[in-house]
Amino acid sequence: MWEFIDERKAQIAFSAYQHVSLVLQAVLVATVIAVVLAVVVTRFRPLEPVANAVSAMGLTIPSFALLGLLVPLVGIGVASAFVAVTFYATLPILRNAVVGLQGVDARLVESAHGMGMNTLATLTRVRLPLAWPVILAGIRVSTQMSMGIAAIAAYVLGPGLGQLIYTGLAQIGGANALNSALVGTLGVVILALAIDALLLLLGRLTISKGIRA
Amino acid sequence: MSTTTPPSNTRAGGTDAPGNPDVSGVDLELVDVLKRYPGQKKPAVDGLSLHIPAGEIVMFVGPSGCGKTTSLKMINRLIEPTSGTISIGGEDVRGRNVDQLRRHVGYVIQGGSLFPHLTVAQNISVVPRLLKWDSRRTSERVDELLELVSLDPAKYRDRYPRELSGGQQQRVGVARGLAADPPVILMDEPFGAVDPITRQRLQDELLSIQEELRKTIVCVTHDIDEAVKLGDRILILQEGAQIAQYDTPEAILAAPANAFVEDFVGAGSTLKQLSLSRVSDVELVHPTTATVGERVAEVRARAEANGDQAVVVLDERRRPVDWMWLRELAAADTVRPVRDDVLTLDRRATLNDALDMMLTSTHGAAIVTGRRDEYLGVVNFTAVTGHIQATEQQLAEGRAADATAGRDDAWEGGGA
Ligand SMILES: Nc1ncnc2c1ncn2[C@@H]1O[C@H](COP(=O)(O)OP(=O)(O)OP(=O)(O)O)[C@@H](O)[C@H]1O
Ligand SMILES: [Mg+2]
Repeated sequence: MWEFIDERKAQIAFSAYQHVSLVLQAVLVATVIAVVLAVVVTRFRPLEPVANAVSAMGLTIPSFALLGLLVPLVGIGVASAFVAVTFYATLPILRNAVVGLQGVDARLVESAHGMGMNTLATLTRVRLPLAWPVILAGIRVSTQMSMGIAAIAAYVLGPGLGQLIYTGLAQIGGANALNSALVGTLGVVILALAIDALLLLLGRLTISKGIRA
Repeated sequence: MSTTTPPSNTRAGGTDAPGNPDVSGVDLELVDVLKRYPGQKKPAVDGLSLHIPAGEIVMFVGPSGCGKTTSLKMINRLIEPTSGTISIGGEDVRGRNVDQLRRHVGYVIQGGSLFPHLTVAQNISVVPRLLKWDSRRTSERVDELLELVSLDPAKYRDRYPRELSGGQQQRVGVARGLAADPPVILMDEPFGAVDPITRQRLQDELLSIQEELRKTIVCVTHDIDEAVKLGDRILILQEGAQIAQYDTPEAILAAPANAFVEDFVGAGSTLKQLSLSRVSDVELVHPTTATVGERVAEVRARAEANGDQAVVVLDERRRPVDWMWLRELAAADTVRPVRDDVLTLDRRATLNDALDMMLTSTHGAAIVTGRRDEYLGVVNFTAVTGHIQATEQQLAEGRAADATAGRDDAWEGGGA
């Protein structure tokens, strides 16, 4: 296997980079979408159960099926992969963001208003910072999941380590088939762990000491 | 009687005319204020009209659900009245941008309600930041306020709320409410969540702050003793925020307007007078004192000459640091305190507070302090009972005079 890796260092590194890049961009966009949705949802209470149901049900849609549906819409390639990964990445974050925002003590919000903070200031200075640990936990779950889904998305010729896996699986029995699949899979796992560690560090840096567990 | 002008009050607020240069508060006026929550038949506040003079503390009391909080929150428009007008300093609260209005009305609620993700300094700076003060002015103000609520700025400025005790959080809550020097401060059961000794401390501090600042303070409480102690006036409400009585504590205790008030303030008004009398009203005794670092032999000789079993130990600024039995002195050459937190009473504390503290003290008495925690003396049980007896006698004479002269005059200056 080392030989296999050694021969294709550049290609593997590039795939790994593409994989991570796809996931991080998708998660970033997903975070923005999820937080915006959560803010809207917590503002209009009746929407909360709807949001929870959507985020629970969305995760049960098989990713292959979603990719199949997307291809006619956005075509084969990076765009489809990006849309699919973003879709899945949004769901856990949305769920956590709703829970996190709901969990903010109503008296603190009232206190903020009582001191003359407007709705926006209350959101950015009180509600989001207090919900942030829960949101970040959602981001971590979402990132892990997206690493796997991005691998599957390689099916529609998205970039990343998924291609190595598919190449391997397609040539099963052939020389290097196993190596290819294995390197792709291990690469995804290792990168996922590394990114999780980074997100943990991000938490250390961004969660106020006053509310850190 | 409750319709006549209440006798002027000698405590913190007084009834000075607005415009008194020392008063930084402004008048508050509620006219026919009504609040009906959606889907409710009876209004929670049913036509409340009230004048609150500048620089006074007015305490809202009444049974649970009578509309105290609702009335309070309509003042800073956290709740919008269904009808009626509220004005602060003669200006209708609806005439102003609601956020601007709130930045100039202090708001303090139970437990302090501090933002847990912000430090003490950041919590206090919330309103100054909203008002775009520069950072230098803000941080100077933070330190000034921490001093005011008896927290060492260097020690507490950068702590998070969870690193503070309940009483300390509440102090920071008060400091936050005062941050931008608002003329009006609203408080909703501010001292409800702390133990009795801490509560009493916080009350004393509030009185001392008020003596200096003379804000207009509206404070909701469940505790009639707290109302009597803190209030220049007390507003006793019945269901629907109907005014049962609005008067000075002295007048309410002396002449409850009706059976409801009588019930609410409780029978045995002589004992209630304990909440009206301050420690500074009774004669203090002066046991032997010692200064930290003084030679034990000298202190012991002095104490024995005075016939004292214990000495009050003061620091170099004459603040009490310990109350030591002679046998505790024995160990060392020079006087060194053995406890790190001696309980003291502020001179503004009520006799009620004093009795509470005596019960918990092994000395059966309590140390009294004045401005800047300076030692004043000791209040003991004899002094308190003596005062009760004297008050009782006064009351009896008052009643006798009542019978002959008519109640209104009898109660002029009757309280305390
Ligand atoms: N947001 C609300 N919606 C509907 N009804 C309310 C609301 N807030 C208060 N009420 C009702 O209005 C009445 C007055 O409530 P309020 O909170 O002012 O009472 P309170 O005097 O402060 O009571 P407590 O001493 O228990 O704090 C109560 O009957 C309460 O049930
Ligand atoms: Mg209330």
